[in-house]
Amino acid sequence: MRPEVFKMIDRVVSIDPSLNKIHCQGLVPQESSIFEGHFPGHPIMPGVLLIEAMAQSTGWLILARNRFEKMPFLATVKEGKLRTFVVPGQNLDLYSEILHEGSGFVVARTQGSIDGKLICSAELTFRVLPWPEGKMKAVVMKVAEHVSFPLTEFVDA
Amino acid sequence: MSSTFDTVANIIAETCDIPRDTITPDSHSIDDLGIDSLDFLDIAFAIDKAFGIKLPLEQWTQEVNDGKATTEQYFVLKNLCARIDELVAAKAA
Repeated sequence: MRPEVFKMIDRVVSIDPSLNKIHCQGLVPQESSIFEGHFPGHPIMPGVLLIEAMAQSTGWLILARNRFEKMPFLATVKEGKLRTFVVPGQNLDLYSEILHEGSGFVVARTQGSIDGKLICSAELTFRVLPWPEGKMKAVVMKVAEHVSFPLTEFVDA
Repeated sequence: MSSTFDTVANIIAETCDIPRDTITPDSHSIDDLGIDSLDFLDIAFAIDKAFGIKLPLEQWTQEVNDGKATTEQYFVLKNLCARIDELVAAKAA
């Protein structure tokens, strides 16, 4: 994980064959510029970045479902709960489950845990839109390789 | 029609915190009720769940943007409810 550049996911661990669930992991680094301000002498992961980690985990699942045809953008955060501090060196397990796929939007329930203990949770809604012009899709595909996303299963040759 | 309207009106009232008695079949969800596109996602989610359908929002938006339809056709509530009834009937067929 490199939270200072919003790389919150290290690895896609598994995607359920039904494409309804995903499990990802991110190791909170010992060092990050994020911790210089949050907080001096007491480094903890900002809650907004835990939300971001849950959103990115869900995003990979949505990309798997639509085979990278469209890009999910976070639109709504509901019932966001940040239960305890997350500190450098902890390994975050992130789980997302699709609640509903509508026309141009997806609703999912997501949570993060450490050593099996629930840390954070939220219900997230994403707008799912055509890729913006430019290199965004290529960048996301590159990141997919880095996080062990099973591209060959979900991208048409 | 009336039960569809009641369900939709209740969803809108609850989702957007709009007084239920101000919502009528002739209300335009955008122009009269002030529902924005983000709130409409919540409404669409609730309608999809309540009726077991998938409102074709992308298609409707495209048609409006292309000038092939007006927002009134899809977003005045009596028209929205008629579309919902059509989708429910198509699903049952």
